[in-house]
Amino acid sequence: MNWTFFHKLGSPKWFYDISGKLLPWFLVLGIALLLLGMVWGLAFAPKDYQQGDSFRIIYLHVPSAILAQSCYMMMAAAALVSLVWKMKLADVFIYSAAPIGALFTFLALFTGAVWGKPTWGTWWVWDARLTAMLVLLFLYFGVISLQSAIEDSQLASKATCILVLVGVVNIPIIKYSVDWWNTLHQPATFKLTEKPAMVPEMWMPLLVMVIGVYCFFAAVILMRMRNEILLRERKTKWVKALL
Amino acid sequence: MKFTDFEAFLHMGGHGLYVWLCYGVGIIVFLVCLFSPILKKRAIYKELRQAQRRESVRSVTQHQTPVK
Repeated sequence: MNWTFFHKLGSPKWFYDISGKLLPWFLVLGIALLLLGMVWGLAFAPKDYQQGDSFRIIYLHVPSAILAQSCYMMMAAAALVSLVWKMKLADVFIYSAAPIGALFTFLALFTGAVWGKPTWGTWWVWDARLTAMLVLLFLYFGVISLQSAIEDSQLASKATCILVLVGVVNIPIIKYSVDWWNTLHQPATFKLTEKPAMVPEMWMPLLVMVIGVYCFFAAVILMRMRNEILLRERKTKWVKALL
Repeated sequence: MKFTDFEAFLHMGGHGLYVWLCYGVGIIVFLVCLFSPILKKRAIYKELRQAQRRESVRSVTQHQTPVK
């Protein structure tokens, strides 16, 4: 097998060039899908027969919760790459993704609390899924603070990667918490193996929002990674030529 | 449109406060995600350009032969 693509991918300059070309597409597509999904979900989707219009929070809650978890899985993959191959870009990814993951975990928790008030009659319960999601938020905080707490950058990278990998145990707990324990939280809206229980007019805007949030995430992460690459490679010729 | 008029849209069947609070905070999160790297990029460019200028000034002064 030809491994040159792998080395190319590890080259900051190559990544900087290619990400600059991809970024605008992700950004435009992401913003367009998010706007479409929000307007569709807020104004055109039919209201829920039990929850009324408060269910429209789903169009923000589910995409942010999905992104919060898959952002963590991507960080875990990057942590493995960083530990095994010492690829610098993997560290840059973890560094760039952690704050965004934390923000979206916060958004999932916040929209969940606000949705819980009219639906369950309470902002918060110490329920399996909610607690596991809170643990995810603290894991993100841990990753962010560990990176800046250790001065030696190689040691910081290693410690961060190990923390990220240990924290992966929380992800299946979040995912299956609604099946394993009795919980207030409703089961998953989308499953790969089954048709959604909702009518298409309801889940289609949700799907648009999920894809939109992924594209938006890709664009934001590329922007953040490019910034970090510039800083880390400031002494190289190509960055100096760029300025 | 599932609502009869704009007022009903804002009212959200009595859940207006909850729905709009969520979307308000959501939009703030999206905007923070979007604009923080844009502002950071400007700051980095400024910082690195300044450093480069300082360096070139230093190298020019170093290359001048010291007066004996």
